[in-house]
Amino acid sequence: MITAEQLTKRFGSFTAITDVSFEVRTGEIVGFLGPNGAGKSTTMRILAGVFPPSEGRVRVDGHDVVTDSLRARALVGYFPERVSIYLDMTVRHYLTYVAQMKGLSRPAARRDAAEAMASCSLETVADRLIGTLSKGFRQRVGIAQALTGAPRVLILDEPTSGLDPEQVADMRALIRGLRQDRTVILSTHILSEVEATCDRVIIIHRGRVLALDTPANLNRRLRPASQVHLEVRGPGDEVARAVRAVPGVVAVEEHGRRDGVCALTVSSEPDRDLREVLAATVASHGWALRELRPQTLTLEEIFLSLVSAEPERSESDHETVRDLSA
Amino acid sequence: MKLFVICRRELHAYFGSFIAYILLAVFLLLSGYFFYSDLIFFVLFGGFTLATGLWQFVFLDMRMVAMLVLPLVTMRLFAEERKLGTMELLWTYPVRDGEIVLGKFLAAWVFFVAMLVPTALGPLVFHRYHEFAVAPVLAGYLGMLLLGSAFIACGLFVSSLTENQVVSAMVTYGILVLFWFITWNEEAGAHQLMRLLLGVSLFDRFFNFTRGVIDTKDVAFFALFVAFFLFLTWQSLATRSWRGVR
Repeated sequence: MITAEQLTKRFGSFTAITDVSFEVRTGEIVGFLGPNGAGKSTTMRILAGVFPPSEGRVRVDGHDVVTDSLRARALVGYFPERVSIYLDMTVRHYLTYVAQMKGLSRPAARRDAAEAMASCSLETVADRLIGTLSKGFRQRVGIAQALTGAPRVLILDEPTSGLDPEQVADMRALIRGLRQDRTVILSTHILSEVEATCDRVIIIHRGRVLALDTPANLNRRLRPASQVHLEVRGPGDEVARAVRAVPGVVAVEEHGRRDGVCALTVSSEPDRDLREVLAATVASHGWALRELRPQTLTLEEIFLSLVSAEPERSESDHETVRDLSA
Repeated sequence: MKLFVICRRELHAYFGSFIAYILLAVFLLLSGYFFYSDLIFFVLFGGFTLATGLWQFVFLDMRMVAMLVLPLVTMRLFAEERKLGTMELLWTYPVRDGEIVLGKFLAAWVFFVAMLVPTALGPLVFHRYHEFAVAPVLAGYLGMLLLGSAFIACGLFVSSLTENQVVSAMVTYGILVLFWFITWNEEAGAHQLMRLLLGVSLFDRFFNFTRGVIDTKDVAFFALFVAFFLFLTWQSLATRSWRGVR
C-alpha cells in the first residue's frame, strides 16, 4: 500500500532523515517508534504530502506523493502531531468542510461528517465550537478529520500525546476500532503503545531506520538466548546446582533469596524451551515450584539495545534517549 | 470546486468574528464622512463638473480608507493558519496550492465588495435630488475594485510569509505606502526614471479612474499587478519544501 524508497529530507544544512525505506502492506497497523526528534514526524509529513522528500520517493497505492500528489493525498487521512484545527468552527461544520476539501459534494460531505462523528463518539459536541472543547475531544476531532473522505490509509502522528491515561485508553480503543480494512501508520515514542496496537514496528533513531519487524521477531532477534525466570522454595545452592546440570542450560543467574525462596534466571540455547524439564527437575528433588515463566524483552529493552548499539555522537542525542525511557 | 469551499470557510471566519464588523463599520463611517464633506466642499466651492469637482475627491478619499483597512483584512489569511498550524492539514488534502491562493484571495475580495457596496448609498441618495451622469461613478468604482484587488493580492502575499499578523499588516502598509509615495518627488527624479515609476505607481494608475476615465492600459496594469502577487504567493507556499511547515 505504501512504499517508501530511500527517503532523505534536508532542511538547509540539517538532515532530518536519511535513507529511510520501508513498505507497508494493505490492512497493516505499523508503528513508527523513536525518541523525540528522531525523524518520525518528518517521515509522516512526507507520506501525507505536506512536503516532498529531498531524495527518494513514496508511493501510496501506486501514486507518487510528489508527481501524482493529488491522487495520493486523496487516499490518505492525516492526523498531525500538533492538532491544529480551526477553533472558530463547530465540529459538524468543520468536518463537513474537511470532507468537501477531500472532494465530496456538500450533501455527501454532511453524511460523511456525521459518520466520522459517530465513529469518534463526537455526536454530543457536534454543534459546539471546537475552541470550547477539551483537549481529549479536540484530539478526537483531529482523528475524525482524518477519517472523513473514507481514506484507505491513516497516518497518525502521536495520537495519544498529551492525553490523560483514561483518554489514552479511549484513543487506543478508537484506533484499534478504525482498523477494519484500512492501513494505519502510527507514530509514538511510547513503547507500550506500539506493543498494544501494532502488527509491525519501524524503529527510527537520528533519522535512520534501525529495525523493521514484528514485535515478536524483534524480540527473538535481539535476545541472545531464551530465558526463563524461576522461583523455587528450597536450599539455594543445591537448587542452582541442580538447574545448572539440566542439559541445554547455558547459564544460571541468581537474584537472591528471601524466606527460603530463591529466584533464578535460567538461560538456555536459543529457541529451546526448557520449562517442562526444569519443572520436572524441581519436582524430583521435592522442592516447591513457585514461579516459572519465559522472559521476553519488552520493546523498551529492544529499543534501548538497538539505540545503544549505535555509536554515540553527541551529548544532546544522549539526552533524547534518556527522555524516552523516562 | 475546492476554491469555493476554501472561500466559503474564509468568509465564515471573517463574518464569524467581530473584527470583520469593526473593519466594515470603520470603512463605512470614514467613506461616508468623506462623501459628506466632499459634497459640502463641492456645493460651497464646487467647480463646474461633478467628475473633477466631486467624484475625484470621493474616490481619492475612499482609496485612503481602503489602504487603511485592507491590510487588516488580508493580514490573517495565511499568517493565522501558520500560527495555528492549520496550514499543515490543508496541505494534506487533495487540493492544489493554486486553489488555496485563489480561494483566499476571492474571500478577501468578496469581503471588500461587501464593504464597497454600502458606500453606493451616498451617490444613490444624491442622485434622487440631483440627476447626474452615472458612468463616471461606475468608472470610479471599477477603479476601486481594481485597486482593492491589488491591495489584497499584495497583502495576501505578505501574509503568506509570516505567522505574525501584525508583521503581515505592517509590511503590507510599507509596500503600499511606498507604491503611493514613489512618484511624489517628481522634480527630483530623472526624467527616464520618473516615467518608469509613474508606470508602476498604483496611485497614478488609479487617478484616471477617479475622473471617470477607463484606460485599458490601467486595467491591464492592475490585472498584471494582481497576477504577479498571486504568483508570488503561490511560490511562497512552495517554500515549505525546504523551510518546513512553519
